[in-house]
Amino acid sequence: MTSEMAEPASKIELPAGVGGGGEIPTFNITLRVRRYNPEVSEEAAWEDHQLTMYGTDRVLDALHKVKWEIDGSLSFRRSCAHGICGSDAMRINGRNRLACKTLLKDLDTSKPITVEPIKGLPVEKDLIVDMEPFFQSFREVMPFLISKGHEPTKERLQSIEDRERFDDTTKCILCAACTSSCPVFWTDGQYFGPAAIVNAHRFIFDSRDDAGDMRLEILNDKEGVWRCRTTFNCSEACPRGIQVTQAIAEVKQAILARKI
Amino acid sequence: MQVHKYDVVIVGAGGAGMRAAIESGQRARTAVLTKLYPTRSHTGAAQGGMCAALANVEEDNWEWHTFDTIKGGDYLVDQDAAEVMAKEAIDAVLDLEKMGLPFNRTPEGRIDQRRFGGHTRDHGKAPVRRACYAADRTGHMILQTLYQNCVKHNVEFYNEYYVLDLLLVEEDAVREDGTPYKQKRVAGVVSYDLASGELHVFQAKSVVFASGGAGKVFKTTSNAHTLTGDGMGIAFRRGIPLEDMEFFQFHPTGLAGLGILLTEGARGEGAILRNSEGERFMERYAPTIKDLAPRDIVARAMANEVREGRGCGPNKDYVLLDLTHLEPEHIEAKLPDITEFARTYLGVEPFTDPVPVFPTAHYAMGGIPTNISTEVLQDNDTVVPGLFAAGEVACVSVHGSNRLGTNSLLDINVFGKRAGIAAAEYSKTAGFVELPEDPEAQTRGMLNGLLGGTGTERVAQIRKELQDTMDANMQVFRTKESLEQVLSDIASFEERYKNVVVQDKGRRFNLDLLEAVELGFLLDMAKVMTVGALHREESRGGHYREDFPDRDDEKFMKHSMAYKDSSATTESVAGIRLETKPVVFTRYEPMERKY
Repeated sequence: MTSEMAEPASKIELPAGVGGGGEIPTFNITLRVRRYNPEVSEEAAWEDHQLTMYGTDRVLDALHKVKWEIDGSLSFRRSCAHGICGSDAMRINGRNRLACKTLLKDLDTSKPITVEPIKGLPVEKDLIVDMEPFFQSFREVMPFLISKGHEPTKERLQSIEDRERFDDTTKCILCAACTSSCPVFWTDGQYFGPAAIVNAHRFIFDSRDDAGDMRLEILNDKEGVWRCRTTFNCSEACPRGIQVTQAIAEVKQAILARKI
Repeated sequence: MQVHKYDVVIVGAGGAGMRAAIESGQRARTAVLTKLYPTRSHTGAAQGGMCAALANVEEDNWEWHTFDTIKGGDYLVDQDAAEVMAKEAIDAVLDLEKMGLPFNRTPEGRIDQRRFGGHTRDHGKAPVRRACYAADRTGHMILQTLYQNCVKHNVEFYNEYYVLDLLLVEEDAVREDGTPYKQKRVAGVVSYDLASGELHVFQAKSVVFASGGAGKVFKTTSNAHTLTGDGMGIAFRRGIPLEDMEFFQFHPTGLAGLGILLTEGARGEGAILRNSEGERFMERYAPTIKDLAPRDIVARAMANEVREGRGCGPNKDYVLLDLTHLEPEHIEAKLPDITEFARTYLGVEPFTDPVPVFPTAHYAMGGIPTNISTEVLQDNDTVVPGLFAAGEVACVSVHGSNRLGTNSLLDINVFGKRAGIAAAEYSKTAGFVELPEDPEAQTRGMLNGLLGGTGTERVAQIRKELQDTMDANMQVFRTKESLEQVLSDIASFEERYKNVVVQDKGRRFNLDLLEAVELGFLLDMAKVMTVGALHREESRGGHYREDFPDRDDEKFMKHSMAYKDSSATTESVAGIRLETKPVVFTRYEPMERKY
């Protein structure tokens, strides 16, 4: 929008009760966490905690309540706590989500809320997995702009439409919720996985990039995009709302179109 | 003992650290030590934009940007540093574009720009479109782009390595005027590998601190759980001063009760702040640029509206950010993330309802003092050879007493790049400094003390009480009494901290232990901030003393420099020595700050 914004009258009538608020209700939950610490036992086990939580609390708040008030040894990664750093992907009630973005009130609190590590990556301790294989796949797709020819003195030009073409896949926060929800990845750790393909897509469809063919060749590998069986788990899991399965389909089409 | 040797060690993998690594990694053998995976750093939470006078959409020049930065910082900005930043901003944005950052574009295909608080045309005449942006995830795109380029250049990362100590040696030296002094030199750092619980010593010719801020001293904050002031705390404990720590920025628009950031870019796109009477109250406080006044002024105005009974909600304790007059498609295109935050965390639909907001602790203007070449200073002008700092952990000082929106993303890129180049160049001519005997001793002692403690005090409880008192007494409004309350509270927390219990006694991923270590840094930082705030009997930028409501250039137009000093007492607090450092002026005379 390039035109000037309409200036609203400086004072408006606010409808009664605007802005939400009110007393924050409390409720009780059972948090059922998958515990594992190889320093103590080779066996993983479920552990239940009864907690009283507030209406605005998220699963991360429940985990913190356990760690901070009951058992300091409960281990999980987290940082920003509002869904942007990608540290706290975990399997909550059987579905991959970010703990900091999953409100308890949106879950069925009449039953235990189960929390376990994301699948397909080696568990290190409690909810912490080894992320190295995940980042290795990411690095293999050449996830950086490769541009041939002379660099312009100012910025490269890119039309609004060309910029829009790959907007969706720039949202990725590398949380691994998609890759670790993929049944193919569970059974075949060699598969690149959705996140790596999403990040390849982000460059393949960037009009400024000149290495699309190289990336398509990498993804045309037997462990590449053709392993995808379009189960849509990844799109459902993505906390950023990226249309992951569609991105993979677009990469498949690009490979066919270019007839590598 | 495990010892690694690198030419350059960078501490932190946010924007400043990775920008430095891209430069350093191509020039010298470089390692990046980071307590998080690189893409987890809080640079990724920055939303609105990064200012540079590209003049892509309207007339602009870097001199205006310099002026705005200095005025925005209430004249406590070092003007040479602000000039460097505003001038190099243009290349910093172009560098990012060339690295692949997907900026939003104008219809002509150039980088688009939008308005932001305090950024004006021709020295305050009207808001200017200066912020380059990628929707409302500019920080995310910067962090991703920098990480992508680190991958491209094969930068070596040590992920989840917590740096817990800085190894400095001291040599006898003599100043030009004949006075003897102790010259510090950097030998390396000590780090803790989270996965194994082992200590690793990194010997390095150059060390760059780029470890971010300390926002977790407050309860209501936009900051990540992991922003606990480690870098500042480590340097302070090793005798490096901290500059201007009393200046902390409260971002006006945190989601009420949660502190989650809603970008100032929302107001840049036309959103308006309203009180319970529906008034656009910023008209009273900043008649010219209204809702786009700098953050300190807007945050104070909001707190004042609430204090005078014009707050909203059942407890009348927040105001409203109104986007309802904007086109939904426009909001969806320019501000998709923050509208989702409002929906997810407060259940408010921003297209139809105004969003409850209140100031949230956001940014430390102060930090480790450096010169414009990012070299760390051990006093007002003595450089510590081989030690560099950039980003929020540092104080150059480009933000003075109040940072303008977007200038932190700029700071990390301009000074991160400078730090990477300077550290690598220094390492080419310098030798390794011999490690002190038993370099891990202090760190091992601290960790074993915490692990072996038999006390009953919980880390989380002390931290919560610290954050509560900081929110109640060290926030937007401060008085002598409120600040003395904080200091007396901290004194009792420090006693309790000695009896803190770490329940997890294991070696693997012992985050329980690390939270205890982090609490130690938080206590140190809160104390330094509060002592500075108590001493500064004036109001300037982000520091507002109700008992001294005016700026006092006569007495306080100077930086404060806090040193750890066991023989000193400042404001009745033992162990801190407070000195001052002159502000650098080039061409801008201090004026009254009106918008």
